[in-house]
Amino acid sequence: MRKLLVSGALALSVLAAGAVAIAAEKEVHPPHKHWHFQGPFGTYDRAAAQRGFQVYKEVCAACHSLRMLSYRNLVDLGLTEAQVKGIAAEAQIADLNDDGAPVDRPGKLSDPFKRPYANDAAAAAANGGKAPPDLSVIVKAREGGADYIHALLTGYVPFEKLTPAQIKEFEVTKDDNYNTYFPGHKIAMPAPLVDGKVTYVDGTKTTVEQMSSDVTEFLAWASEPHLEDRNRTGVRVILFLLVLAGMMYAVKRQVWADKH
Amino acid sequence: MASPHGAPPVFNNKVIAWIDHRLPIFSYIEKEYHTFPTPRNFNYFWNFGAIATVMLVLMIATGIVLATNYTPHVLMAFDSVERIDRDVPQGWLIRDLHMNGASFFFIAVYVHIFRGMYYGSYKAPRELLWILGVVIFLLMMATAFMGYVLPWGQMSFWGATVITNLFSAIPVVGQSVVDWLWGGFSVDNPTLNRFFALHYLLPFVIVGVVGLHVVALHVHGSNNPLGIDPKGPQDTVPFHPYYTMKDGFGVIAFMVVFAVFVFFLPDYMGHPDNYIPANPLVTPAHIVPEWYFLPFYAILRAVPDKLGGVLGMFGAIAVLFLLPWLDTSRVRSCTFRPIYKWFMLVLVADVVILGFCGANPPEGFWVPLSRVATLYYFFHFIILLPILGKIERPLPLPSSIADAVLKKKVG
Amino acid sequence: MVATGSLAAIGAVATAWPFINNLNPAADTLALSTIEVNVAPIAVGQAVTVKWRGKPVFIRHRTPDEIAKAKAVKLSELPDPETDAARVTDANKKVRPEWLVLVGVCTHLGCVPLGNKSGDQRGEFGGWFCPCHGSAYDTSGRIRKGPAPKNLEVPQFVFATDTLVRIG
Repeated sequence: MRKLLVSGALALSVLAAGAVAIAAEKEVHPPHKHWHFQGPFGTYDRAAAQRGFQVYKEVCAACHSLRMLSYRNLVDLGLTEAQVKGIAAEAQIADLNDDGAPVDRPGKLSDPFKRPYANDAAAAAANGGKAPPDLSVIVKAREGGADYIHALLTGYVPFEKLTPAQIKEFEVTKDDNYNTYFPGHKIAMPAPLVDGKVTYVDGTKTTVEQMSSDVTEFLAWASEPHLEDRNRTGVRVILFLLVLAGMMYAVKRQVWADKH
Repeated sequence: MASPHGAPPVFNNKVIAWIDHRLPIFSYIEKEYHTFPTPRNFNYFWNFGAIATVMLVLMIATGIVLATNYTPHVLMAFDSVERIDRDVPQGWLIRDLHMNGASFFFIAVYVHIFRGMYYGSYKAPRELLWILGVVIFLLMMATAFMGYVLPWGQMSFWGATVITNLFSAIPVVGQSVVDWLWGGFSVDNPTLNRFFALHYLLPFVIVGVVGLHVVALHVHGSNNPLGIDPKGPQDTVPFHPYYTMKDGFGVIAFMVVFAVFVFFLPDYMGHPDNYIPANPLVTPAHIVPEWYFLPFYAILRAVPDKLGGVLGMFGAIAVLFLLPWLDTSRVRSCTFRPIYKWFMLVLVADVVILGFCGANPPEGFWVPLSRVATLYYFFHFIILLPILGKIERPLPLPSSIADAVLKKKVG
Repeated sequence: MVATGSLAAIGAVATAWPFINNLNPAADTLALSTIEVNVAPIAVGQAVTVKWRGKPVFIRHRTPDEIAKAKAVKLSELPDPETDAARVTDANKKVRPEWLVLVGVCTHLGCVPLGNKSGDQRGEFGGWFCPCHGSAYDTSGRIRKGPAPKNLEVPQFVFATDTLVRIG
């Protein structure tokens, strides 16, 4: 009886473990790219992120807001205060004058990034019913993070290049935008990047791959501007705790010496 | 103050003696945390009570600081959390500590609960101690659930909607209860406000119940891996410095793992959808609770009936209250229960499987698996435990703790 | 054991710091701690009130008569002796006596003195008058009478251009 129970218990756990293993899901995973900000010593590639900001400003900003960021944050990206002041001043920010009348004034460092639409409803109305998402925390808000954003931006397949099977399975028409990595594949956003869409001041070639990777670096920074501080602090804290743990263990051994 | 453990302490410092004569806090500390006789044979599982206490204190400290910068309003909650992350000096650190601290508090408490179950710490005379522990667990779940609503992301909003809607399963008055919980006709600003108020209050209630938990613990003292009572001074050591130092080491070791998550994987335990501001018109494709609720969430979904699911979920916790009486074995520790020991591990596997079921969409293969796992969960407590206690032949118990310790050293 | 104790104590102190630091002004608050005001529209004899760091700042375009009155006062008559020239010198050491910039908070108990709007009571020294406890300030914002112990505070300010003053 006892043996039976034990073997029953064992069999149950083996079965269960197997069941969990089988249930691994099949999904299109974005290819993994090595990012400069990965790992415990990761930092942002400032040059790439600055180029990425240019892509955001000249391409994405037409539809996507970045409302958690203020112009002043760009100083942390490595731009000079004068440059950032210039960028801010180009934007016309809606404000009220002293008499309470609505006016547009040049942006200041303390202003949040100007939003392309007055509100979400206006953004939705201008984009076929769905507001383009705000990009402030987009890298943290998507499964796959930076890899997904980069894969999405480079994952468009023109209608002519789709196989008949794909067209049939996902009911794609000529007017749809097909993206390999978007869940359901039909995405409202048309392919935003084409080769040579922007011109970089540092002369880097503006391929889709390059622009996508740069803007992803920028958006990763925008999602988590304190990452470098976090990594730096983390390395110190963990080293400290390891030393303390070792010393605590020695003390514990010493205290228990007469009881073991 | 007469002490059952020996003569009352004498304080040489006059100030301490003066205070202690009027308010015996120093005698209390001396008695309960210094000379307190504690079984000498604890293993590292016994660290997790202290670890959980440290996590509770950390959660309260970080929580109070976060509350000084958080705004409980539907239009501002999400942004105020982002502001803490971006603009408040070291706000990201406090937020990461709080966010991951919740998970690590649950890890510590789950290990603590497992230890209690494996070594039979719930058995006479420690039934109330165990029940107070389950009350703490329930309060923690309520607090964690309400805390998860506060950032007002998509998971916050839909988690709150789903969990509060559980109460609509109550016959007749269900919907009125839900409207009362919401303070409206959906999860909205009044809900967020009251959740914030309660999220701030409940941790202090937890502190109170933890106090009672410790009082109950110190009546009969701790259980130990052998599950036999200490018979004399040779079986025990004073709490300080033996266990203060061991707990100190355990806490720091736990903090190393915690720090790895806080600093290098801060969003690992969270869900990306909670970085999307709450939208009452769009439900995310897969809504899942935080990992520590997954087994219970799986039980909720396993039952193909609304009221049944809710009863199953609450029943899974209610059954823990009855554990001291469901277990009919006269032996405490699994060390001496050759059969139950294995079933205890099967139960752990079952709860882990339930966790996976809860994390995955309720379709295909996961549905029957979650049903089997749910049935097994209740089978374990309601059928297996009472019967096994009667038929199992336990191994011979050692004559004393000291005896067992010495034998181990020789052998 | 002592070493371990000290290390643990250092850790405890280091841990306490983020909790304290969290309550310091945040980056968005600091970003608003400097303001720029265009003073071109302020006519001689007029004053404006602007909000800076959550407090009112008075900018008065003084008349020659007001300047003369402020200069004429002997330092020995003042409870908080300070020359008028010192109060109208900006951070670049530029002296422009026609512009007086003050934090509009009475140094007694923090009320906002009257006298910045035309028609306000200005007290017997022609500057500002605090209605709470009757402190009177002169045309340089210096305390002359009443319970306030100090002159109205001059914030750090600088003329970025002839008509643009940066405060903070």
